[in-house]
Amino acid sequence: MIKQSQTLRALLPGDALTGGGTDVGNKAALSEIDASCRVPVLFFFLSGLAWLLAGTVLALVASIKLHTPGFLASWEWLTFSNVRTAHLNTVIYGFASQISVGVTIWLMCRLCRIPLVAPGLITVANLFYNIGVTVGVGGILMGDSTAIEWLEMPRYATPILFVSYALIAVWTIVTFRLRAERHLYVSQWYLLAAVLWFPWLYGTAQVMLLIEPVRGVVQAAVNWWFAHNVLGLWFTPIGLASIYYFIPKVIGRPIHSYYLSVLGFWSLALFYNWNGMHHLVGGPLPSWMITVSIVASVMMLIPVITVAINHHFTMLGHFGKLKYSPTLRFMVFGAVSYTLASLQGVASALRSVSEVTHFTHHTIAHAHLGMYAFFTMVMFGAMYYILPRITQREWPSNGLISLHFWGVALGIVLYVVPMSIMGFIQGTMLNDAAVRFLDVVQFTLPWLKLRTLAGLLLAAGHIAFVINVGWLLVRMFEPYRKPVVRILTGEAETVAAAKLP
Amino acid sequence: MSYGPLLFLGILFTLATSWVGLVLLPHRQMGALGQHTDTNTAAVYPAARSGEAQQGAEHYRSLGCVYCHTQQVRPEGYGSDIERGWGRRRTVSRDYIQDKTVMLGTMRTGPDLTNIGERQADAAWHYRHLYNPQITSPGSIMPPHGFLFDVRAISQAGRSTNALVLEGSFAPPAGQEVIPTRRAEQLVAYLRSLKSSGDLPEAPVKKEEAK
Repeated sequence: MIKQSQTLRALLPGDALTGGGTDVGNKAALSEIDASCRVPVLFFFLSGLAWLLAGTVLALVASIKLHTPGFLASWEWLTFSNVRTAHLNTVIYGFASQISVGVTIWLMCRLCRIPLVAPGLITVANLFYNIGVTVGVGGILMGDSTAIEWLEMPRYATPILFVSYALIAVWTIVTFRLRAERHLYVSQWYLLAAVLWFPWLYGTAQVMLLIEPVRGVVQAAVNWWFAHNVLGLWFTPIGLASIYYFIPKVIGRPIHSYYLSVLGFWSLALFYNWNGMHHLVGGPLPSWMITVSIVASVMMLIPVITVAINHHFTMLGHFGKLKYSPTLRFMVFGAVSYTLASLQGVASALRSVSEVTHFTHHTIAHAHLGMYAFFTMVMFGAMYYILPRITQREWPSNGLISLHFWGVALGIVLYVVPMSIMGFIQGTMLNDAAVRFLDVVQFTLPWLKLRTLAGLLLAAGHIAFVINVGWLLVRMFEPYRKPVVRILTGEAETVAAAKLP
Repeated sequence: MSYGPLLFLGILFTLATSWVGLVLLPHRQMGALGQHTDTNTAAVYPAARSGEAQQGAEHYRSLGCVYCHTQQVRPEGYGSDIERGWGRRRTVSRDYIQDKTVMLGTMRTGPDLTNIGERQADAAWHYRHLYNPQITSPGSIMPPHGFLFDVRAISQAGRSTNALVLEGSFAPPAGQEVIPTRRAEQLVAYLRSLKSSGDLPEAPVKKEEAK
């Protein structure tokens, strides 16, 4: 336990505070909280991982189809557009959102220092949610896609998802109100914001695009206001909340600066939600809208640099621990990628850069840098920390952890770097009217094949992780129950974490 | 910052700003945009689509054409959209008021289709291209849409008038012919209806460049 002065308290997660009790008493209280989260959080994680596997297969099929258009071409439900869209919706709504909710629940309980309230409500939300995603993805494959990016699930599926998001928001507010720990840690600001913002975004988009569609290009404005904010106001805050929590927890020291975390949070809240129209630069919308979004995109430098400094200085002197802790490794990979993705995003929003990169694979690379290299890596890191605590079992295989990390780390680098470069060249060729369009298409082919290779590496990593999780669950049924906090030789995760409950 | 209600209000207020600014205001500004009537010719632009083409737009949506084809022409001097002949002028908000789902698109794996009805008016070309893009555009990575066609035996009365003219390796087996389904017909009607080059006060077509 860290010696805590009043100033230090503001810099520590709620569950790392002494709380006036004894060390043993604190640990007991926390393991009671973990036990209360076990069933619902496992539900969210396991169904999320099932969707991850489905999404990985869909991604590989889509990737192969783009360089080999004859592949599986006779099945209409497996056209490139269907598979690509089903991939996006399974990984965004099936995988990433469910893992996010699982992590949010656990973090909220830990930081508020109360056992899970209303587990029934959460389980119902999870059930609804999975029905919604199944119906939605099925609808997409059957040709009922709305063709509105990030909102392709047909109208008959989305209300189910909306109800689940609303239930999760209600649950979070209730937990927040009942909190035993009055001190609010920075992660809680982000989590509370994400669960309040998302139902608002999703509800608005559903009403204005699916239920009572607005006229003309207002649809595009609502579409990109929504789609960009799914990233900016749903995944990003949950990702940052996790980094803010797990880095201090694993290395056992407080965050660098409270004031930087305040500045980072409020500048993100203020600027991110104005970014969306940078997806429409050069498009048929009033210039004022696009200009406002470009300005807001550049303003994002403030939260991004602030957060990067804060995380970097928290880690300073502790980089050696990356060797031992899988959580830390994934978190730091994610944190660095967040900075890179944001800088790439700011650059692509500028009119001169967008002229080249818009409409090319550069955007696809950017999306994966943000959603995968940042967000998904952070979620993997969080699961490496949470799963042993809620199951009271250690990770069965270090080898599988390494395979997972190196598979996905190399895979995503091999995806993002070449595709970013290729997109830039593709855009330059497209902007030169002397280059035949089909020559641009031919130019992309070798790069697209390289992407399939990157996808295979990612898939290998995912399989390794899922095997390890499955094995962990099997261990739950073994009669011998190991203590929650225990130092095992070679199990560095436990060693580092033992300093803090 | 441990005061819950302040945090709560701040969270709601920040999103409310862009909700008003990027959703409600644009809806007020453009939500009621109507057709433009040319004072000289009394021509109304953009004209409503035929029922056939409207059905085709639903197939365009359902088949996910938007994931590889944009429907927006960027202004002259910004990108090469106009030099490539994808349009005679940039597209503006009013061009899209007849669309049930506005499919501007964000990716140009294939070329822009804003004016494909003007650039390629030949229905037979579209059928062959949809049936197998390699026929009309060798090297294309567009997937073949064979499921939009029926392959059937040529009847006693002889070859159907709407059968596709296919040669070489693309030809069906002897005694068979390839006929567009209703869906293919509606989709092609939609593609041929794609023309966004009417003269508008906010986006005039330069007279010397107009055909």
